[in-house]
Amino acid sequence: MKPPIIASTIFEFLNNEGWTGETINFVLVLLLHALLLVTFFHLVPGVAVWAERKVSARIQDRLGPTRPGGKFGWLVGLADGIKLIQKEDLCPKDADRFLFRLAPYLVCIASFAAFIVLPFSDGWVAVASDVGIFVLFAILSLEVFGIVLAGWSSGSKWSLFGGIRESAQMVSYEIPLAIGGLVPIVALGTLNLGEIGNAQSGWIFNWMIFHDPFCFIAFFVYFTVVVAGCKRAPFDLAEAESELVGGFHTEYSGMRWLFFYMAEYSTMYLLSAVAAILFLGGWHTGIGPVDGFLIGLRESSTSEGFVASSYLANLIGMSVILTKGALLLIVQIWVRWTLPRLRIDQVMMTCLKYLLPLTCALFLGAILWPLIMIQITGRPVLFGASVPLGDRVFKTKQTQPKSRTAVTHGIQNLKTNPLLTKDVGQ
Amino acid sequence: MSDMQPMLFWIFASATCLAAIAVVITQNVVRMAFWLIVSLGSVAGLYFLVGADFVGATQLMIYVGGTVVLLIFGVMLTASGSYIKIQASPAEGFLAAGVGILFLVVITASVAEVDWVGAHEKLVAGGVEGGFSGEGYNPKEQGNTVRPLGFSFLGMRTDSGNGGYLLPFEIVSVHLLVVLIGAAYLARAKKRVDSN
Repeated sequence: MKPPIIASTIFEFLNNEGWTGETINFVLVLLLHALLLVTFFHLVPGVAVWAERKVSARIQDRLGPTRPGGKFGWLVGLADGIKLIQKEDLCPKDADRFLFRLAPYLVCIASFAAFIVLPFSDGWVAVASDVGIFVLFAILSLEVFGIVLAGWSSGSKWSLFGGIRESAQMVSYEIPLAIGGLVPIVALGTLNLGEIGNAQSGWIFNWMIFHDPFCFIAFFVYFTVVVAGCKRAPFDLAEAESELVGGFHTEYSGMRWLFFYMAEYSTMYLLSAVAAILFLGGWHTGIGPVDGFLIGLRESSTSEGFVASSYLANLIGMSVILTKGALLLIVQIWVRWTLPRLRIDQVMMTCLKYLLPLTCALFLGAILWPLIMIQITGRPVLFGASVPLGDRVFKTKQTQPKSRTAVTHGIQNLKTNPLLTKDVGQ
Repeated sequence: MSDMQPMLFWIFASATCLAAIAVVITQNVVRMAFWLIVSLGSVAGLYFLVGADFVGATQLMIYVGGTVVLLIFGVMLTASGSYIKIQASPAEGFLAAGVGILFLVVITASVAEVDWVGAHEKLVAGGVEGGFSGEGYNPKEQGNTVRPLGFSFLGMRTDSGNGGYLLPFEIVSVHLLVVLIGAAYLARAKKRVDSN
């Protein structure tokens, strides 16, 4: 039987080679995916911490780290890690020891597990779920548990206040995050992150951000919400040093403290990458001929599965999406060191009074847009030359495993559905 | 993975049950909430295991991410000092055990009632080649259920061609809207009436 959740072209490749049994192949593929994702999960904070220090230093007219690793201090993340791993693992007397020790892991697991459905290129995804973006948001919503439990179990009032603020903020900002993410999804008609990415190939005007005015505004709203949802300045009220010492992680030290930061930076990158997939063309370069060439390179080899040319095309796609995610990450750092911190009531007001109605209006607008366009211009797109989005989504060819072909099945079934083939209202 | 899937099933199923037992026997309120997360999250794992990605994500989003967050939030604000331990009296324990055992009897009886072998044979006969264990199984192709699901909420079943669930869907959405408006009304800051 095909593996229930994890299926990949590597798995089929190993089976075709047939050196080992299917079970061993399955475990191998599982370990490989996990290893790649864990490595990535650990690399992102290392690089992001270096970028954070460098950017903040330059903004404040300093040099920042210069020594570790040579000229630019690029190994400062590793040096930080070595420093923190040597520190004593403290647990306060009043703390609930079990939950206090567990909370950092909960945060890390929730942040890491969301990477499982994040595609890095066409078909380069650990789990090609048909409801990828929904699963991703659902898993990310668990991150708040670790923070709440950390705040409560520390047995300190600063931690408790930080935890309460943080949970209120994260739970509130989840709503505009999800609705803002829905705006391009409603236009595309799919929840599959692979399809969402592939539908935006071609010239830069095919990117969802340029699809309609609502998507354009939704991108900026979504990005604001991401900054707040990752508890970054100017919304980092949970760890407001001036009033709460360190917020929910006041009592943590060493590696357990580091886990919170690893989760924070990884979530920042994850949501930036999701923004890149939803709005900024995913793993496509935005230059028509280049994308066409890459797609050709990929399709020339899909019949055989795991071959060098598709590997190369996917590698280029991955570097494109990593670049886009990193750029958005830099913007988040830039915002942090530029804007002053808000008050807690202002943070909640921004979410519930401004961002939430705004995303609802954008959502409604995105639904009405194609209908209005058909009324006015007679076609569902603004510019006559561009291909309508619905056509683009159905044209996407995913290099997905053979067991994941329900989309086409569903459409074939629809064609024979008497309710649909009947003439409606004529 | 035919041998992998039962193993994963047992891991998730035992995690669900053990965490559920831990909820009952723990006396610390916040730890209870934590074990509830583990239990409900493992149920979501079971859904993912059988390929129901949408249901699994919904379970995580609504029960784990929504309901239990609210629960923990409430518990955290109240659980301090003497309120942190919950000790049930013997009478309460007796009552709860009685209800639990009755529920277990009902569930066991209804599981035993189903003709599993017959249903399996029917599935095989109904054109699902290979039944549950063969190459071609998975009527909804392993988790890719969201498009047919969406169509059936709009009143079009893609598998059978019968009518879908438009009316229940609309009733539930209106119901949710009413609840939201009610919640917003209750949470609204009351304007003080000027006595002059």
